[in-house]
Amino acid sequence: MPALRPYAMIAPALIWVGAFFLAPFGVMIAVSLSRLEGRVIVPGLFPDNYIRAFTDPSLVKGLVVSLEITALVTVISLALAYPLAWIIAMRVPARFQRLALMLAVLPFWTSYVVRSYAWLLVLGQKGVVNSTLMTLGLIAEPLQIAATRSATVIGFVHFFVMLLTLTIYSSLIQLSPNYARAAADLGAGALRTFWHVILPLTLPGVVTGAFLTFVLCIGDYITPQILGGNNELTLPQLIMLQLGRRGDFPLASALSVILMGVVTLAYLGCAKWLRLDRV
Amino acid sequence: MRIAGYLYMAVLYGFIFLPVGVLVLFSFQEGRLPVPPFNGPSLKWYGQVLGDRDLMAALLNSLVLAMVSSAIALVLGFLAAHALARHRLPGSALMRGLLIAPMTVSYLIIALGLLTLFNRIGLGPSLWATGIGHVVINLPLCFAIAYAAMGDHHISAERAARDLGASEARVLWLISVPMLAPPLLAAYFLSVTFSWDEFIIAFLLTRFEVTLPVEIWSMLRSGLSPATNAIGSLVFLVSVVGVVAMEIFVLRKAKA
Repeated sequence: MPALRPYAMIAPALIWVGAFFLAPFGVMIAVSLSRLEGRVIVPGLFPDNYIRAFTDPSLVKGLVVSLEITALVTVISLALAYPLAWIIAMRVPARFQRLALMLAVLPFWTSYVVRSYAWLLVLGQKGVVNSTLMTLGLIAEPLQIAATRSATVIGFVHFFVMLLTLTIYSSLIQLSPNYARAAADLGAGALRTFWHVILPLTLPGVVTGAFLTFVLCIGDYITPQILGGNNELTLPQLIMLQLGRRGDFPLASALSVILMGVVTLAYLGCAKWLRLDRV
Repeated sequence: MRIAGYLYMAVLYGFIFLPVGVLVLFSFQEGRLPVPPFNGPSLKWYGQVLGDRDLMAALLNSLVLAMVSSAIALVLGFLAAHALARHRLPGSALMRGLLIAPMTVSYLIIALGLLTLFNRIGLGPSLWATGIGHVVINLPLCFAIAYAAMGDHHISAERAARDLGASEARVLWLISVPMLAPPLLAAYFLSVTFSWDEFIIAFLLTRFEVTLPVEIWSMLRSGLSPATNAIGSLVFLVSVVGVVAMEIFVLRKAKA
């Protein structure tokens, strides 16, 4: 009997994941291969929805837009967050570091929906940015920022700068200062030390953060829906559109499977450096 | 160099705090639009929000949902982590992988999968369905944190208790859980915040009894309003108090 005990302890969790994660995913794949005729879903093994996803221009554009926005957000967020994490880890006195880090991620604790809404207040026609610039006389007409791709990217970057600052800081702080000292003793300047020593050593943390950014960004519906307007739709927006407008579950499922495939590719692409268990 | 560093820091903190500052400032707006010029301060929107029965019902739903679903996720995750950390089992790498897997999948996909499954078996959207989904997203997190915290140095204490005749359940409850209390509390706290803030699963899987993010979402459809600022600021305030309390009571104790 005692030999079965560990299995009895693991079983509930495995059953939950099996019943409410694996099974739904299986059903979703099955639905993605079925056909919508009128309002009836006809089961089968039809590739129709996948063919549509890769030939219908508006659907292809959704995938491209999603990839472009996600790539842009990941690069900008990394470029902004790395220096911030570096300054907090290397320049801020040790006893203030925790405080500096807590402050840097404090807006994390606003509700996700509310955070995008708050950016709308900043970037909108009558928003803070426009009214400030107009009061200063720098522009005559309000800039169109909200309801564009820029607004989506700004909203995303805001969120992921906070996330990446956390993950990069935690890999920087684990570095022994001896590495930098050794490099300096051997005659490397600050830049070479960073490029050849610090950056490679923190790469796992950077890649893990970048992967998280990629996954969360490409799957997000809220930020582009609130900030991006209706000119260009991302993949998640298209998925929600199929569900809402026509109840087209087969197409929505196919698009979701494709989204899942993109994430899997990204995972395989950086699996070598990923340390998901150490986030 | 040093000054440039601090300047960069100041600019980035400005960027990070800009939307939150605007949100909170215009929650005190006297007029009907939360945009400049600021007129006020007025607390009327807070009064309106606190008197809104739909909003308060949604808030209560979210709170109960977060606390219950996180508790289930923590118990399931902890039991599995304990068994996998303490026993050499065939296929343990596969089981660990399965338990972590939902972490790498977009919430939207989890939501759509559950919606499809529930439709098929004739289960309508409800808070229960949402709760099931929230356990799915938080179980990997609780499992991973508990598994990582399960150090070897706890084994001897557990063995001692067993030698003294404690049943396996008592060993878990009286030895393992108290020794792992700080990481388990942290996992629970994180789960609660994720569930509390989760939108897309709740949006697709609830219908009449909604959660707070879904209710706020429907407020957005009627345009900008200081009322949305007020509820957003309140949520922010409560979360920050929670984080600071967590920092002081749990993490500080863990270090000592």
